[in-house]
Amino acid sequence: MSRLDIKHGVIEMAHGSGGRSSATLIDELFVRHFDNELLNQGNDQAAFNVPAGRMVVSTDGHVITPLFFPGGDIGSLSVHGTINDVAMSGAKPLYLSASFILEEGFPLAELEAIVISMAKASKDAGVPVVTGDTKVVERGKGDGVFITTTGIGILPEGINISGDLAEAGDAIIVSGSIGDHGIAILSSREGLQFETTIQSDSAALHSLVAEMVAFTPHIHCLRDPTRGGLATTLNELARQSRAGISIKEISIPVKAEVKGACELLGLDPLYIANEGKLVCIVAAEDAEELLSVIRNHPLGKHASIIGHVTEDQHHMVIMETAFGGNRVVDWLAGEQLPRIC
Amino acid sequence: MKYVDEFRDGDSARVLAQLIKREVNPDRDYRLMEFCGGHTHAIFRFGIVDLMPDNIRFIHGPGCPVCVLPAGRIEAAIKLAEEHDVILCTYADLMRVPAGKKDSLLKAKARGADIRMIYSATDALGIAQANRDKQVLFFAIGFETTTPPTAAILKIAKAMELSNFSVFCNHVLTPPAMAHILDAGDAKIDAILGPSHVSTIIGSNAYAACSEAYGIPIVIAGFEPLDVIQSTLMLVRQINAGTAAIENQYTRAVSKSGNKKAQAMMAEVFEMRPLFEWRGLGSLPESALQIRPEYADFDAEQRFSMPTIDTAEIKGCICPAVLRGMNNPDECKLFGTACTPEDPKGACMVSSEGACAAYYSYGRYRNSEAIT
Repeated sequence: MSRLDIKHGVIEMAHGSGGRSSATLIDELFVRHFDNELLNQGNDQAAFNVPAGRMVVSTDGHVITPLFFPGGDIGSLSVHGTINDVAMSGAKPLYLSASFILEEGFPLAELEAIVISMAKASKDAGVPVVTGDTKVVERGKGDGVFITTTGIGILPEGINISGDLAEAGDAIIVSGSIGDHGIAILSSREGLQFETTIQSDSAALHSLVAEMVAFTPHIHCLRDPTRGGLATTLNELARQSRAGISIKEISIPVKAEVKGACELLGLDPLYIANEGKLVCIVAAEDAEELLSVIRNHPLGKHASIIGHVTEDQHHMVIMETAFGGNRVVDWLAGEQLPRIC
Repeated sequence: MKYVDEFRDGDSARVLAQLIKREVNPDRDYRLMEFCGGHTHAIFRFGIVDLMPDNIRFIHGPGCPVCVLPAGRIEAAIKLAEEHDVILCTYADLMRVPAGKKDSLLKAKARGADIRMIYSATDALGIAQANRDKQVLFFAIGFETTTPPTAAILKIAKAMELSNFSVFCNHVLTPPAMAHILDAGDAKIDAILGPSHVSTIIGSNAYAACSEAYGIPIVIAGFEPLDVIQSTLMLVRQINAGTAAIENQYTRAVSKSGNKKAQAMMAEVFEMRPLFEWRGLGSLPESALQIRPEYADFDAEQRFSMPTIDTAEIKGCICPAVLRGMNNPDECKLFGTACTPEDPKGACMVSSEGACAAYYSYGRYRNSEAIT
C-alpha cells in the first residue's frame, strides 16, 4: 500500500471512495494516531462491555473558522465539546466516535495536525475514539473539515442532574472566567485580527464534574455555557426550571483582556462562548463547600458563586450591575454583532 | 481595565447619586433627553435609572444611526447587491435592520448576495483592491463620528483611481436633528445630555445655536455610566439655576471647536444634502450629507441607478413619537408582543442602541406585568 504524502498531499475525492485510498488514509492517519484496541480491530463498529445502570449519549457537530486558534483547534475542541456534553449529566464519559467530512483539496498536513491534537485531547481525557467515519465532499462544498463526535458515558448511581431541577434559593456557581474562547476565536478571524494574549479555555471538564458529584449528590443543574455564553445558559436554565435567576455582575469572573476586547468591539462578555467552563446550580447549603471542591481542581481555580435562583413567573435573569443598578440579562436576539459607535 | 473601570466605579456613582437626590426640587420633574443611543444603552446596561430619584426622567433621543436610516435605503442597497452583482460592505449592526417586506441585509446575504460585514471603512477599500473585477460598494451610515473615515477612504480611492469602488452615502448630522426635535416641542424637554463621540468631531460649540434658540441647557457627556451621572447632576444644577449654557463634562475627549482636521476632510468630500428622510422623523431639510461633484465618480448614487423606495408606515408603531421623546417604548401596543429584538418592526427596536431594544433587553422587568 502506498504511503500518504502528508507533507505535500491534499485530500482527493478518492480518499472518500471506500477503496484503497480510503483505507490508506484511515490507517496512516486516523488509526495510527488514535491508536486504541477497539479501533485497531478495524471494524465498522466498536463492541464493549458496560456495567449495569443508566447510560448517557450526546453528539456535537463542530464547524469553526479558523480551524486553528490560540489555545486549541477543531480537533481538540471536538473532543472536549462532546466529553463536556456527556459530563454535564454527571456521567463519566467512556468512549467517543468521530465522523469527518473533508473537503477535496484540504492539505493532509493540516488534517494530520488536527488528528494529532484530537488524539492527544482524547488520551489526556482518558476517553478513546473507538469508531469513526470519513467522507469527502467536492471542493467548495465544505469548509476544510467538519467533525462530528458522539460520546457515551455511564451515570453513577443516585445522580439526577437536569436543567429543570433548579429551585428558588439554590446557589449558582460558575467554574471560572467567562468569554475566553469566543474572544480567542474572534482575535484570529480574518479581517479582525487584533493582538491579545487570550487563549481559548477549551478543556475536558469530566474530571472536575467527577469530583463535584462525588462530593454531593445534590447538584441540581450542570451546563457548559458554550454558544451564546453564560447569559444564554442562565436563560435556558431559568426557562426549563420555570424560575427566575438573580446574579451579581461583580461576582462574575471576566479577564481584563476579555473585557477590553469586548469594549473595543461593542460586545458583552456574558454572551461570548466558553469551551472549558461550567455553570452549576446547587442547594444553597452545599454551595460554599462545593465551591472549595471546584476551586481545588486545576480547571476551577477561579470559580465563583455568582447568584441564586428566584421565584419569577416571567423566568427572567436579572443582574445587579457593578455600578449598583439592575438590568435584565436577556436571550440573545440573533447573532451578537459589533455596534457602529 | 484601565481608563474604563475608573468610569464605572459604583462607590463614586452612589456619591454622585446622593448629590443629585439632595439637589433635585421634589416639586418638579426633570425631563432630560439623551440624544445618543450610546447613552440610552449605558443608562439601561448599567441600571442608572435605579440610582436616580423618580422625578428624573430620561427621554430617549434619535441618536441611533441604524435606527434612523429609512428602510427604503436598505432596500435600495439590497436591490443593487442582488441585481448588479456588487460586493456590498457595511458595518455590522446594519446587517439585521429590517428593510421592507421582512427583508434585511442578513437575509439577502443568505440568499447569495455578496454582503460583507466590515469593522473599518478602510476594510472596504482593501476588498475593492483585492477584487478589481467586481464593483465594491461601501454602505456608509452614521452621524459625524463615522463620517471622517468615509471621507478619508473617498480621498484615497480618488488618489488611487480605484474605479471599482463607490460609496452609498447615508451620513446624517446631529445638530439639525436636535433642532428639529426641540422645534417640534412636543417632548417637553428640560435639558439635553449631549452627544459623546459625535462631539469629539464637531466640538461643543456646534450646539450653541440650538441652546440659544431654544433656551435649553446642554451638557456634552461621555458614554461611561459615571459620565452620564455626573452630566445629569450638571444638568440638574443648570435647570435649578435657570441657566441654559453648553457645558462639557467629556473634557477628556471633546474640545470647543472639535477635530479641525476631520472637519476639513468632511468639508472637502461632502456637501449638504437638501433633504433627507429619517426613519421616524420624516424628511428633514439640510440634515444629511451627500458626496461632492468632484467625487461623483465614487458616488454610488451617481454610478448606479439607485431606486428611491418608499416604505409604508408600520401600523400601530409609535417609533416616531418615541424618537421625538413623546412616548416611552412600553406605551406602544406592539412593544414586546409583535415587535421584539428577534423580530423588530419599528426603528427603535432594530439596534441595541435603539430606545425600544434597550428598554426590552435590559429594562422590561420594571414593568414585567405587561410582558410575557
